[in-house]
Amino acid sequence: MENLQHLVTEALAKVEQAQDVQLLDQVRVDYLGKKGAITALLKTLGKLSNEERPAAGAKINEAKQKVEDAIRAKKANLENAALAEKLKSESIDVTLPGRGQKSGGLHPVTRTLQRIENFFKHAGYNVAVGPEVEDNFHNFDALNIPAHHPARAMHDTFYFDAQQLLRTHTSPVQIRTMEAQNPPIRIICPGRVYRCDSDQTHTPMFHQVEGLLVDKKVSFADLKGTVEQFLRTFFEDENLSVRFRPSYFPFTEPSAEFDIQWASSKTGWLEVGGCGMVHPNVLQASGVDPEQYMGFAFGLGVERLAMLRYGVNDLRLFFENDVKFLEQFN
Amino acid sequence: MKFSESWLREWVSPNLTTQELEAQVTMAGLEVDAVDPVAAEFSGIVVGQVVTREQHPDADKLSLCQVTDGTENFQIVCGAANVREGLKIPFAKIGAVLPTPDGKGFKIKKAKLRGVESFGMLCAESEMGMAESSDGLMELAADAPVGQDIREYLNLEDTIIEVDLTPNRADCLSVKGLAREVGTLNNIDVKPLNIETMAAQIDDGVAVTLSASDACPKYLGRVVKGVNVSAATPLWMIEKLRRSGIRSIDPIVDVTNYVLLELGQPMHAFDLAKLDGGINVRYATEKEKLALLDGQEVELNTDTLVIADASKPLAIAGVMGGEHSGVTTETQDIFLEVAYFNPVSIAGKARNYGLHTDSSHRFERGVDYRLQNDAIERATQLIVEICGGQVGPVVVSQDDTHMPTEATVELRAQRIIDVLALELPASDIETMLTRLGMQVTANDTGWTVNVPSYRFDISIEADLIEEIARIHGYNNLPVSTPMAALDLQSEPEVETPINTLKQYWVSRGYQEAITYSFVDPKVQKLVDPEIDGLTLANPISADMSVMRSTLWVGLIKAAEHNLKRQQDTVRLFETGLRFVPKDGELIQEPMMSGLICGSRIAKGWTNDSEKVDFYDLKGDIEAMLAVNGGVTYRFEAGEHPALHPGQCAAIYQGDKQVGLMGALHPVLQKQLGIKTPLFVFELLLDDITQGQLPEFGSVSKFPEVSRDLAFVLEETTQWSQVEQAIRNKAGNCLKNVTLFDVYRGQGIENGRKSLALGLTWQDPSRTLNDEEITSWVDAIVTELAEGLGAQLRG
Repeated sequence: MENLQHLVTEALAKVEQAQDVQLLDQVRVDYLGKKGAITALLKTLGKLSNEERPAAGAKINEAKQKVEDAIRAKKANLENAALAEKLKSESIDVTLPGRGQKSGGLHPVTRTLQRIENFFKHAGYNVAVGPEVEDNFHNFDALNIPAHHPARAMHDTFYFDAQQLLRTHTSPVQIRTMEAQNPPIRIICPGRVYRCDSDQTHTPMFHQVEGLLVDKKVSFADLKGTVEQFLRTFFEDENLSVRFRPSYFPFTEPSAEFDIQWASSKTGWLEVGGCGMVHPNVLQASGVDPEQYMGFAFGLGVERLAMLRYGVNDLRLFFENDVKFLEQFN
Repeated sequence: MKFSESWLREWVSPNLTTQELEAQVTMAGLEVDAVDPVAAEFSGIVVGQVVTREQHPDADKLSLCQVTDGTENFQIVCGAANVREGLKIPFAKIGAVLPTPDGKGFKIKKAKLRGVESFGMLCAESEMGMAESSDGLMELAADAPVGQDIREYLNLEDTIIEVDLTPNRADCLSVKGLAREVGTLNNIDVKPLNIETMAAQIDDGVAVTLSASDACPKYLGRVVKGVNVSAATPLWMIEKLRRSGIRSIDPIVDVTNYVLLELGQPMHAFDLAKLDGGINVRYATEKEKLALLDGQEVELNTDTLVIADASKPLAIAGVMGGEHSGVTTETQDIFLEVAYFNPVSIAGKARNYGLHTDSSHRFERGVDYRLQNDAIERATQLIVEICGGQVGPVVVSQDDTHMPTEATVELRAQRIIDVLALELPASDIETMLTRLGMQVTANDTGWTVNVPSYRFDISIEADLIEEIARIHGYNNLPVSTPMAALDLQSEPEVETPINTLKQYWVSRGYQEAITYSFVDPKVQKLVDPEIDGLTLANPISADMSVMRSTLWVGLIKAAEHNLKRQQDTVRLFETGLRFVPKDGELIQEPMMSGLICGSRIAKGWTNDSEKVDFYDLKGDIEAMLAVNGGVTYRFEAGEHPALHPGQCAAIYQGDKQVGLMGALHPVLQKQLGIKTPLFVFELLLDDITQGQLPEFGSVSKFPEVSRDLAFVLEETTQWSQVEQAIRNKAGNCLKNVTLFDVYRGQGIENGRKSLALGLTWQDPSRTLNDEEITSWVDAIVTELAEGLGAQLRG
């Protein structure tokens, strides 16, 4: 019993010295195992008197507990250190680029079209589409542009033969919709249109969105409100100044062009589209009674809006499909 | 239409600055395109007169002149050919500042030219910024007051305003018409132009026949004899013409041009001596030829209206006169003509001959059919003033049955309110319309309006409402938001929006392209040789002349563009119509197409530098098609002339082929000069947006049983055959067949391959036993052995 204190001190020192879990376990076996030094002391209890035995046993157990605690604490320490070491060795450079495919992107024209479509869908408009190779009737006649009308020359039309042409605007879709559907009508017609013209500000193909609303009570004031609201929403500028100038389109009367205030323009204004009240002849040609219904229509140049919105300075870039250009809109 | 502000202000002069006037007419629908000063900024130039002129002692082409400014004589060295004694010219004295392009100005100093001192400079129009170029000094009128500042004398404190008129506003193609518009906008009167009727002094006339009176129902002619064609056109007229963009030619032509600008009536003068008999206004006959004023000879179409005499055509009616019947320096007697042509008969005619003239521009749009008499009187008056001469009577030929009639339009007060959402006082409306030249009579519901003969654009109520809106000002009209019952819009759940599909490609690293719908016919033919593409009659260029029958044509070009610019990986997709002529009809179908080439993953530190192949693209397509839940698509060996015959798959939904994919044919690659292998696809958009509504099925709680098998097969045997055979024999509890290895090489005979596959069975209601599985495996092994010659690998 005299050397219990000595044994404990010795064991604790060894625990302290143990550098790994195996050595630590060896200390446990040496002192606390079945044949361990402290365990052996328990076997000597039998030699003590009944009076001495409980106190001695308690002392040994206390010593045993002390060593056990020390081993457990040391073990936890060693394990934590090992884990830390392992984690450290597994560290990587998290700033290296990730593996795999980078993302692509939508064409800026599509991006712009989707925004326009979304605004109008929320206002109850449906999206209508139609053919791009059109006939004279739907592209011109039904729109109150008879043959030889000077307005036909304004359109720089691509022809295939006397009857077939590439649509010069998406207005034929309005005609086709009115032919097929009774009012009330609220549609927008996005799509490719074609004009035989090519320079820095014209490409022979471009995109338009036209809108048409036909109902019993529709006024020029409603048209102004719709266009104005759209432009302010599109440019995210509540105070954007919009002005309406009288203009001429054979398919609307009254007709207007609309400008937005734009600092870098020479006059301070920039034309962004055309609009008007649907011409009674157009309603009639599509089977709608102009005495019963009125309508308004408007048209927007998508590339124009995209150029203004994103600051693109050359229209032709839209159709070169250079990835370095396209990626800027991802 | 170009005009000078001061000319307009002779007619009507509102209390507005130039800028305010410009804004006002623009906002009334006469869009101002440009406002320019009539001359550049300069100072110190006066009216001078050449007192003496002699040869420069040391230079052949220089003159030595004495020039007076009215008080003093100056020695001037001048290089102009037209300098002569007595001539009045713009004289820039020492200290004068001439315009320069940079705006800084050029100061005139004393100079020595070939050893002789010069104290100033004599000026040409171009040197004062009044013309692009000049040949010689500007010659001033003989009565020009010597010493007066030239800016004052020529009235140069003026601006040239150019309005871009829409085709409906032919009534504003004259100063008179513009004045009427400005008068209405400002609610002020326009000064009337007094046109006197000139009494005939001689009886001479030319007989006129209207053989095509539907096209030309009205023709006025007048003979003026003994005109002095070499008389000088007065400076005021030359300046007005110049400020409207027209050069002075001779006094007769100048007067006809002046009347065209002033009143809007095109007219023409013939040399009376060159006419053979009477005038006939008729259609051209077959193969008839005419040499035009601009020097070109044209063969006339039989739908072209001509002014002819007894033997030959003299002019294309309403477009341009002929070279041989016009006024020349020898002309003594003239025949003036003024006509009204039906716009439809003139429309497009000039363009057929590659022409566009001030005359055709106006006739196509409509010239006031009551203007002819005023025009001929005005022109005669001016000609006689300048050139003298004896006037004959005005001979009028008119076919009333083909003359236009005045439109009468009912205008309802309520309709104005309905369309414009605005109620204007009746008196305002009446004033506006009256100032525009309409006759307005009030009635129960509104007004009856008689439209003047110069407003070809007004025939219905809506046209009048536009006039009211325009004069009131579009920006002064109210603004509101449309009211309408808003039904919820249907959005079928099984329909995949195209934008969702596009977003799918974007997330897979594809860039969306938009390529032209018309393509190079050579490339189109290479890519789709079996299709005769729809060809444009008037393409913008030869390489954009045929409609694409597949989006591949444009996409391949776009890929090429990018590969040439050091992009080692290109992934593109596009949606749009393809145009396929079939059985005399044109099919325009929306497609979704795309292509990939180059590295599978962009070059980077991970060193995955493998190139894409067929299966990369196929994987992308399969995953996209899976967006349409519940619909199965099948890939089978397919063919297309543009694709590699061994790497081409047709994509089916049920029995319908909905698309194609594959490697671009190596021969085509070579023809197109593209070295990197390209893989392309094209799908019918309408067939890949329909999915199925998901339907719940219970999930089995019983264990799955799996078996792995490997078979050796002929190289040519396709996986789809193997899979089909397995599915035929694997019983109804088969859950899944997975191909997990394809092996060729050591241990496998040449020309054969080993396929390793995993099969999984599961029953919803019980645990499957070994015997069942074994029997299915046996059946599969037998089927593959018998049907496809497959050996089970041990």
